[in-house]
Amino acid sequence: MTTFAQRRAEKRRQSEASGVEGRRLGLRIFLTITALVWLLPLLWAVYTSLRPYADTARLGYVSIGGTYNLSNYATAWSQADLPHYYINTLIITVPGVIITLLLASMAAFALSRFSFRFNIALLMLFTAGNLLPQQVIITPLYRMFLAIPLPHWLSDTGLMFDSYFGIITIHVAFQMGFCVFVLSNYMKTLPKDLTEAAFVDGASVWRQYRSVVMPLSRPPLAALATLEFTWIYNDFFWAIVLVQTGTKRPITSALNNLKGLFFTDNNLIAAGAILAAIPTLIVFILLQRHFVKGLTLGSTKG
Amino acid sequence: MSATTTEASTTKTSRRRRKKKPFRLLTRRDMVVVGLLLGIPAAIHVFFVWLPALLSIVLSFSRWNGIGGVGNIDWIGTTNYHQIATIYPPFWPAVRHNLIWLGVFILIATPIGMYLAVQMDKEIKGTRFYQSAIYLPVVLSLALVGFIWTLIYSPDEGLINNLIGKTGQGNLIDWLGNPHLNLWAILIAASWRHIGYIMVLYLAGLKGVDPTLKEAAAIDGASSRQAFFRVVFPVLKPINIVILVVTVIESLRAFDIVYVINKGTNGLELLSILVTNNIIGEASRIGYGSAIAVILLIISLGIIIPYLFRTFRKDEAAL
Repeated sequence: MTTFAQRRAEKRRQSEASGVEGRRLGLRIFLTITALVWLLPLLWAVYTSLRPYADTARLGYVSIGGTYNLSNYATAWSQADLPHYYINTLIITVPGVIITLLLASMAAFALSRFSFRFNIALLMLFTAGNLLPQQVIITPLYRMFLAIPLPHWLSDTGLMFDSYFGIITIHVAFQMGFCVFVLSNYMKTLPKDLTEAAFVDGASVWRQYRSVVMPLSRPPLAALATLEFTWIYNDFFWAIVLVQTGTKRPITSALNNLKGLFFTDNNLIAAGAILAAIPTLIVFILLQRHFVKGLTLGSTKG
Repeated sequence: MSATTTEASTTKTSRRRRKKKPFRLLTRRDMVVVGLLLGIPAAIHVFFVWLPALLSIVLSFSRWNGIGGVGNIDWIGTTNYHQIATIYPPFWPAVRHNLIWLGVFILIATPIGMYLAVQMDKEIKGTRFYQSAIYLPVVLSLALVGFIWTLIYSPDEGLINNLIGKTGQGNLIDWLGNPHLNLWAILIAASWRHIGYIMVLYLAGLKGVDPTLKEAAAIDGASSRQAFFRVVFPVLKPINIVILVVTVIESLRAFDIVYVINKGTNGLELLSILVTNNIIGEASRIGYGSAIAVILLIISLGIIIPYLFRTFRKDEAAL
């Protein structure tokens, strides 16, 4: 009796073990195929971009052979004037990220270290503001941008509309909400004793912010900087609506010109798309940890 | 200064009191600083985000072509809403497309992202490679996603038609041009990115689950599927809610990818596109655009407000 039961138990354990292994193998095959399918669109773009139009026209797009070179990249780079658009992006993205983080950290510090009657209401306002679809606010915003005058050294149009200052402003105002949410959550976890000790030592509020809380908040700031760089870099909508002059647009929205410019030459479009993707791909490769952390910081609360 | 030194030597009870009313101890200068630290960002955010949101509501009751000053605005009550629902041809298709978008995201893309996250969480060999591959599209802009997938869907030069031999004049499949196909084709491209996004978010949630929970379920004889649905999934309620919010908002925001393909026409109309067409399109109809924006606003607040109350309820209790 016992031997039979033992044998049966033994048998079941064995089959379970091999079942687990079998499932693991099946899972690995499944995930390998999934990963390759996922990479395919990008790899296809890279492959197409490396072939001259003449070769693909002669041999077909799904083919091997002919020459492979970077001439499409050279053409896209010079004909679409890509360096110009990279600089536009830089002019918008760098101040955008820095000012967003500066203002968001200020608000988060005040909201997390002091208690007012409206703490929660303000935090909700910031968080909700970032969740609104941009199109909800664009119509009045467009009119406001046309109505607000700026000195000519800030904007050559003399308006918020169609100016770098204007586009940076809306990025800052809109992105701030998410950063305040994330940073205030983080700052709340810093021990109260830290600022209290500084307070007892006679440190002003500004010193507490500048020399105590900000240095300790480096991890979420790095994560948010990575994330905000990517988001502002990837912006298409604000720039399409609020920047009218094509040559002032950043690279992501200027891609639209590329389509008109190269029309049917998919090889050139592929090269242009890859070039525009490179800064974010660098973020993906080098700063993946920060990027993922930034994304998840905003979601694992509560 | 003397106040702070006595403060340092006080007992625990008064320390607790101090936390509640910190302002008493701040100098006037410090109070001004706190006011500015909070006031400047809040003012910018309110002025450029919430003021326009409110003005959208106000302007939705008006007729204004943007020419002439604010004095030229005619106030026409709910006429815009009425006209949009009755005589504005692209409105109902746009609503339908947004709903399809939302349906595909919630019922297909999001569960796939969750499923992949659960598989990644098993930490099998090579999981880092699998994760990276699937999350790669998340760093790309949706505009760029549109370009990359154009290379796949293009009728005579695209990958799919060349693979299945449908590039001839007679049998050509126009994935992005055919109004019965293009929305679905675009949704595959958009899901390519959304699935990775959901996977990253969900994986972070799964990493936070106490492993003893799953072990306990396994000891009790639960299969891994049962363990997930009965034990892990309920524990992950907060992250499930975040994912629901993200999915709904992303579906309402959808704009770039469609605009890049054909500016949101011919089967790809979306509410976000209609709003934009009424300001930068051929005719500037500010009242119309605002009314559609208000519809978007109401739908998004319908999900944002319950989310906020859920998230901040605990904080309120803690204060």
